[in-house]
Amino acid sequence: MSKEKKKISRRKFLVRGGLGTVGVLAIGSYIFRNPIRRAILAMANTMDMAYMGDTSNPMLWFELTKDNTILLHSPKVEMGQGTFTSLAQMAADELEISIDKIAVIHAATSTGNIDGMSTGGSTSVAGLWQPLREMAATFREMIKTEAAHKLGVAVSALVSENGIFSANGKRLSYAEVADGVATWEVPDVPALKEIKDYKYIGKPVPRVDLAAKVFGHPIFGMDAEMSDMLYGSVVRPTKIGARFISADVSKAQSMPGVVKIIEEDDFVGVVANSATEAENAKNAILVEWDAPNHLQTADIISLMTVGNGKSTIIQKEGSEVTDDGLVTMEFRSPIGAHAQIEPNGVLASVVGDKATIKIATQVIGLTRKEVAERLDLDEENVNVIPTYLGGGFGRRLHTPHAIQAAVMSKAVGKPVKYFFSRKEEFQHDMFRPPTHHVMKGKLDTDGMLEHLEHHFVSGDVGNDSALVPGILPPIIGADIGAIRGGFIQYGKVPNLRSVYWHVELPFATSFWRSLGLLANTFAIESFMDEMAVRAKKNPIDFRLAHIQDDVAGERLKNVIRAAADNAGYVDTVINGKAMGFAASTDANTPCAQVAEVSIEEGEIKVHKVTLAMDPGVAVNPDQVKAQCEGCVIMGMSAAMHEQMYVEDGELMPIIYGPYNMALMKHAPKEIDVVLLQGIDKPGAVGEPPLGPIAAAVANAVFRLTGKRLNEMPLRL
Amino acid sequence: MKISFFLNGISETIVVADGNTPLLWIIRDVLNVKGTKFGCGKAACGACTIHVEGEAVRSCSYPAKFAEGKQINTIEGLGNEENPHPVQQAWIEEIVPQCGYCQPGFIMATAALLAKNPNPTDEDIDQNISNVCRCGTYFRMRKAIHRAAELTQSANTKTEENV
Ligand code: FES
Ligand code: FES
Repeated sequence: MSKEKKKISRRKFLVRGGLGTVGVLAIGSYIFRNPIRRAILAMANTMDMAYMGDTSNPMLWFELTKDNTILLHSPKVEMGQGTFTSLAQMAADELEISIDKIAVIHAATSTGNIDGMSTGGSTSVAGLWQPLREMAATFREMIKTEAAHKLGVAVSALVSENGIFSANGKRLSYAEVADGVATWEVPDVPALKEIKDYKYIGKPVPRVDLAAKVFGHPIFGMDAEMSDMLYGSVVRPTKIGARFISADVSKAQSMPGVVKIIEEDDFVGVVANSATEAENAKNAILVEWDAPNHLQTADIISLMTVGNGKSTIIQKEGSEVTDDGLVTMEFRSPIGAHAQIEPNGVLASVVGDKATIKIATQVIGLTRKEVAERLDLDEENVNVIPTYLGGGFGRRLHTPHAIQAAVMSKAVGKPVKYFFSRKEEFQHDMFRPPTHHVMKGKLDTDGMLEHLEHHFVSGDVGNDSALVPGILPPIIGADIGAIRGGFIQYGKVPNLRSVYWHVELPFATSFWRSLGLLANTFAIESFMDEMAVRAKKNPIDFRLAHIQDDVAGERLKNVIRAAADNAGYVDTVINGKAMGFAASTDANTPCAQVAEVSIEEGEIKVHKVTLAMDPGVAVNPDQVKAQCEGCVIMGMSAAMHEQMYVEDGELMPIIYGPYNMALMKHAPKEIDVVLLQGIDKPGAVGEPPLGPIAAAVANAVFRLTGKRLNEMPLRL
Repeated sequence: MKISFFLNGISETIVVADGNTPLLWIIRDVLNVKGTKFGCGKAACGACTIHVEGEAVRSCSYPAKFAEGKQINTIEGLGNEENPHPVQQAWIEEIVPQCGYCQPGFIMATAALLAKNPNPTDEDIDQNISNVCRCGTYFRMRKAIHRAAELTQSANTKTEENV
């Protein structure tokens, strides 16, 4: 396959980028006078983020190959969310070729097609919706113009079918058209087709990576190979906050298969001939740590309590309220692990002033930058070749292991592959922070809420992240990740408060799929259910009555009605089964869920979940449904089973099983997904459906037992 | 130590310093057959599930020396695009995978289950399929397992008719 990359003679910049398109605030209004702060908060809440990379040049994205396949170099990575399939659909429709003529591959940084941000935040398809279709349409016209030229006819006389042009009895494939072209004529951006005219967009096209994943092709970071490669391993402490003092490597040095022990200022690593030998040698290194820490879970819980730390009001409407008649409830969520099945790993090769890094990463550009900085290389000389991700969920927004592998490779002069053990994955995760919430509310004489307050404390999510510019936290005064889902979506309540409390934890916490959404929704929606019960109202009607009548409000009301109708929601226990309801709005996508629950042998059993969501245009409705199903199950796992704890300064447990997760037997046998389309472009999909599930299940349990479960994981 | 076995029907002989090296690493790193995945190394996730003499085995915790003389099968030996195993066919029809990393292990575990129990009930599935999928594809997997059972049965009926 040769690469037909040519100079572009005339460029039409299809610029989309920067933070220009800050979304309109979906709910409430703010007390802040500072418009920047307000705009950034709004953006954090709606995640209406434009794609941040170069979309001016179709040649950066599309490559014609001799076999007439078009390679689509994707700067967004595929981690299960189905982005590759949606991109292929969008490209095929505007290129006017069959989707099987498109092969989506990860763009290596050497192609120059680099995402300025990350793959995450449910922004990939939404952010590329406009620019990718425009580039595909432009590319199509470029080829057409050239084809007409080569066939000696006017563009209008060309007949084009599935990547083949014909005129005057002659035929040319896309690839033949491109052959030998030195300078392309680039037209103005052609008009895009109407959505209804698309052949692939909006259809349940099978995933483009289906065969690779069913037949076991070597597509993951763990599968990466280079000739002559060795295996690395890096020593890590088991205690929180442990500081390295010294290492005795003498025993490890003479272990079988050991090639070299690498002692750097910030880590000690082993390179050996096999993964097992590297691991064994690492375990034989005697390290002295300064680990003064004897923290227990109880210490973390008392630290994470509303009232500790610094507070920021993120939502304020109406007036203050006096304490009388105020209902108050507390909720908690635990430390959560990512627990993605493919461990973090990397294969690095450093030769002279160049480095090649094969890695499953959500931050291709950042990985490159960090390796270049550490090795003092030009960024252009570091080629990051992304692989498929065996799960992302936010865990792969941090890739310091790429630096370590590169350092080890340089030290041994050969490629070095290195990955985390499962124990290291669990103890050195960048966890979902634990949270504590205090909800306060007051009903008026008609049983309507006149006051609703959400106070919550969380460890860091976005603060201190290389992905969140350092200037942001001081400006907005709140962690843009922790506050996801922390806003109250019931705009008709006259007096609203949402207050975020910031506490620093002694261990690293960060982005976990949907960020603050799951825990915040658990608190707010459990409390809404409680207030509906106290008002003696049906929880669906109670919610609907409190939602404002703007666009966001109407979309939310519609998903609430759709979920309730499709589930046949009833507020009574029938045959030992009860329904629980909850709804959330995340990144501008509203989602409502009904969970059908019973108690079996003392355990909470979820039989069916009905979910309604309005993600706007569903580029691939089947994969949107798959994301909904996956979010329900991952959310149930986090809400009902998972919990990290701290024992004598160590994060535990260190293995699946003890880190209890939802298995086949826990998954609902029915998940019914209803998709609505309340806006005419694609919105967020991969995270919003994680919001309601914890509260929906807890609210069903309340109907069965009269007990309000206020702690994740939910226990009877 | 020298160990000989059949990997997907092909006879292989490897030399390994330590016979207790997990078979997973022999398959992945020595024989370079990468479909079988590493997830935990402690028999706790099922990502490394293979067939040893037709039985589902978690290869991360299976010492290579025990493979001597045995028939070892991995996802690559189960079927291919031209001739998919009914479990793979069902997985394609139901569009099961998301990230895909856990899938070879589940597919191998399911194929072993169906070989013993051609028409498993939901309860049988719950009891026998204990791998972990972080993307939460269990809902589609269950549908795919029932579908695979159907496909296997109709294939068997056809074979019988031919006989
Ligand atoms: S890797 Fe073998 S069970 Fe997890
Ligand atoms: S598909 Fe991702 S872990 Fe199962």
